[in-house]
Amino acid sequence: MSSHDPALPGEIFEEGAALSLRDLSRMLAVEERHIIELVEEGVITALEVDAAEWRFGGTEIRRARVALRLERDLGVNLPGVALALELLEELRQLRRERGGRA
Amino acid sequence: MEFKDYYKVMGVARDATEAQIKQAYRKLARKYHPDVSKEPDAEARFKEVGEAYEVLRSAEKRAAYDRLGAGPRAGEDFRPPPDWGSGFEFSGAGPGAGETSADYSEFFEALFGRGGGRGRQFDRGHGEDHHARILLDLDATLSGGSRAFTLRVPEIDAEGRIRARERTLNVQVPKGILPGQTIRLAGQGAAPHGGGHAGDLYIEVEFQPHPLYRIEGRDLYLDLPVAPWEAALGATVKTPTPGGPVELKIPAASHAGSKLRLKGRGIPSSPPGDFYVVLQIALPAAADEKAKAAYRALAEAAPFNPRASLGV
Repeated sequence: MSSHDPALPGEIFEEGAALSLRDLSRMLAVEERHIIELVEEGVITALEVDAAEWRFGGTEIRRARVALRLERDLGVNLPGVALALELLEELRQLRRERGGRA
Repeated sequence: MEFKDYYKVMGVARDATEAQIKQAYRKLARKYHPDVSKEPDAEARFKEVGEAYEVLRSAEKRAAYDRLGAGPRAGEDFRPPPDWGSGFEFSGAGPGAGETSADYSEFFEALFGRGGGRGRQFDRGHGEDHHARILLDLDATLSGGSRAFTLRVPEIDAEGRIRARERTLNVQVPKGILPGQTIRLAGQGAAPHGGGHAGDLYIEVEFQPHPLYRIEGRDLYLDLPVAPWEAALGATVKTPTPGGPVELKIPAASHAGSKLRLKGRGIPSSPPGDFYVVLQIALPAAADEKAKAAYRALAEAAPFNPRASLGV
């Protein structure tokens, strides 16, 4: 395929995304059990916690993806991943307060 | 091709033990992991370290690599020896560092081939969706527009081995996409097995550093130098913004680090981000007698101890 072909229309996946447990596990290529562990550890949260079927929004999908990468690439266990994500969020907050400087 | 000194990449001695190599890898992986690191070349370094670990962690690959010796001197061209590969059999080791390290160097591929079984979503039965990561320029999200990306797609050849194929895609980048978000291209994943429809392609987006603006989520930051009198007295100054230069009003009694917000002028996501101007005070040089006299006059007119808060 050459770059002269008409551009493929890209859509922002996270906007309005609400994946079921099954779809999220398929998308991230991990077992549903693993996603449930992420929820139990508080790494990700379903849109409506009490709903009959869990749905996951864009931000949570992103968090799950990062969590799985950290687990796999750095050999961190789940509580470690949860801690890392919280610290990263804090770091982002600080950076924002410092005018975007690291 | 360029010779890669994997021991140097990992910062270990040539006789390092397996445990030392693993320790070095973990340390470097934490430092350069693209999800964690703010180092400008994190992604490239993480790949390099992943590749080095892929070779040094495997007794077979390491022994083969060691036979090359220390390699040619810097700048010299490297070619694998003609008898390369004889007497070694490489078991298809799993991915060392996963999808983010999907690209091996030319050097690695010349020695070990385009390794099998990397990218965990591809070696599972239901891996119909493909995933990739790209670095976008900021302009792409500010104004939309199409960009061409070259992705490496794993394919299974006639002998059942996994090979990487290069594929160039021209993609209409959705305006307002944020760092960490994903572009979904419906039907651009793997071809269907038999019936059904093709999988989707998900491209995770990060941004290249911009020469002027710092990108923080949906907000953009600019350091704007102002003269001391502009900050003290207030002024209207010209400032660049993503939408073109604007006249910005600096309030009187501003100081270094003052943040001015231009609402809704960040990344055009929904809701749109803001544009922040962070003031920096730039001092004119006391270059001639007239300027020196002006500084002395200011010192007399407005006695000022900038170190008062330090107690001296």
